[in-house]
Amino acid sequence: MTVLVVAEHDHRTIEGATRAAVTAAMRLGGDVHLLVAGHGCGAVAARAASVAGVAQVLVADDPVHAHPLAESLADLIAGLARNYTHVLAGATAAGKNVMPRVAALLDVAQVSDITAVICPDVFVRPVYAGNALATVKALDAIKVITVRGAAFQAAGDGGSAKLHHIPVVPSRATTRLVRQDLTVSERPELTAASIVVSGGRGLGSSENFRLIDGLADKLGAAVGASRAAVDAGYAPNDCQVGQTGKIVAPELYVAVGISGAIQHLAGMKDSKLIVAINKDPEAPIFGVADYGLVADLFEAVPQLTASV
Amino acid sequence: MKALVAVKRVIDFNVKARVKSDGSGVDLTGVKMSMNPFDEIAVEEAVRLKEAGAVAEVVAVGIGPAACQETLRTAMALGADRGVLIETAAELEPLHVAKLLKAVVAQEQPRLVLLGKQAIDGDAGQTGQMLAALLRWPQATFASKVVLSGGEAEVTREVDGGLETLALALPAVVTVDLRLNTPRYATLPNIMKAKKKPLQTIAAASLGVDLAPRTQVLKVTEPPPRAAGIKVPDVATLVAKLKNEAKVI
Repeated sequence: MTVLVVAEHDHRTIEGATRAAVTAAMRLGGDVHLLVAGHGCGAVAARAASVAGVAQVLVADDPVHAHPLAESLADLIAGLARNYTHVLAGATAAGKNVMPRVAALLDVAQVSDITAVICPDVFVRPVYAGNALATVKALDAIKVITVRGAAFQAAGDGGSAKLHHIPVVPSRATTRLVRQDLTVSERPELTAASIVVSGGRGLGSSENFRLIDGLADKLGAAVGASRAAVDAGYAPNDCQVGQTGKIVAPELYVAVGISGAIQHLAGMKDSKLIVAINKDPEAPIFGVADYGLVADLFEAVPQLTASV
Repeated sequence: MKALVAVKRVIDFNVKARVKSDGSGVDLTGVKMSMNPFDEIAVEEAVRLKEAGAVAEVVAVGIGPAACQETLRTAMALGADRGVLIETAAELEPLHVAKLLKAVVAQEQPRLVLLGKQAIDGDAGQTGQMLAALLRWPQATFASKVVLSGGEAEVTREVDGGLETLALALPAVVTVDLRLNTPRYATLPNIMKAKKKPLQTIAAASLGVDLAPRTQVLKVTEPPPRAAGIKVPDVATLVAKLKNEAKVI
């Protein structure tokens, strides 16, 4: 067994989802190698080398990897994969973008968004918006897997892996990055935060959504949103929690003005503690809430913000 | 140019799936089935591109048993010109679907293939990327905006930190996300017209694709239930419980 984990990074730190993937990788047995692709990525490669449990860091430092593009990254990973029994990445937007391309280049199946490793070829993954769990055996010789970050502890530091620079793979990719519009925030990152305060359609406007921000800041929490709130423009898309948005499992999830549609629950129902504030006592969110408060959020949230 | 859109027949998004007591899978008997919501968005985008003059023909393709014809008729009611059904009773994995779609691409020669970013039953989110790999075409996933011009597609993608915009040379594969568009309702006249649009059926076996399973589902179970919660009467009680009982703040 040798496992290659594809690292996601911003050239400064290793993404939490990658650390979760390393934990999943360690459950498979055998050596775990981390692949860091970038341009001028020496510093982040050194950070990768101190992730606990990693034996080796493969470094692909080339202008073609300055910004991760699926076409060039998949060619790189597929070329390396033949030396491994498993190739893993976090089930993030980046991991979900590139890994299926890798699997098809290798002519193997992919197992997406695993929440447990049963043994080296058997995994558990949620299906049907998390209303069912499938236990899946992967039959190919190389297993391509994406890992749900919320389901595995992030591997800490303390390792001292060897760095190994790998030769550049010339890229045939013609795709180019035109622009990025990334949210800049002082708040904790949604998938890494231990507390999340999330707002839904009930907030009514982006002006009102600041109530969510206020409570989140008081609690040192990340801000999340339901699809309805994002569609209505109250919050940016990267705040969306749900089946097809971010999947979180914080210590505390506070759902404000969120009805609790199937698709939203899929993104947060594994949170350790769930609080719901909604004026509709029949809202489905109360079915998963540990503490439910039937109240007008415009009164309750300011009170809550003042008391915590 | 031609646009190909892949559409899947799945459990309706309003239905909460129930697991069969024997652990063999999800119970779909008598359950309402619909076009995968992301695939509806893909069809809508293709039709808008046609209405804008960027695309000449929209072909919808479905893979599965004969019942999938319904989904193709829905695509045609939304504006697709033709439907192609690859008929099979086999359990398919995304890799198989991608290989079958590759065969349809060879037949139809589209310059743009649109798919939903994931199907709400399997939640795998792989097919578009796999197809792009097999074709060695560029890909853009989770699209929230698509602009075609001069042999290129400029695609804005929803990513974890916000948005990124890529320029891809055509032909390309694009998978679509929620906010790309709001699909139209199929009007009754268009539903009637769709019944007369061409729908070609091809047996999957005739396409020479190996459909041997690469994964095996050993069992399907319900997720562990959450313990029932309580209602609290006011904010003060909530705060007290969060501090003293749950100790999370």
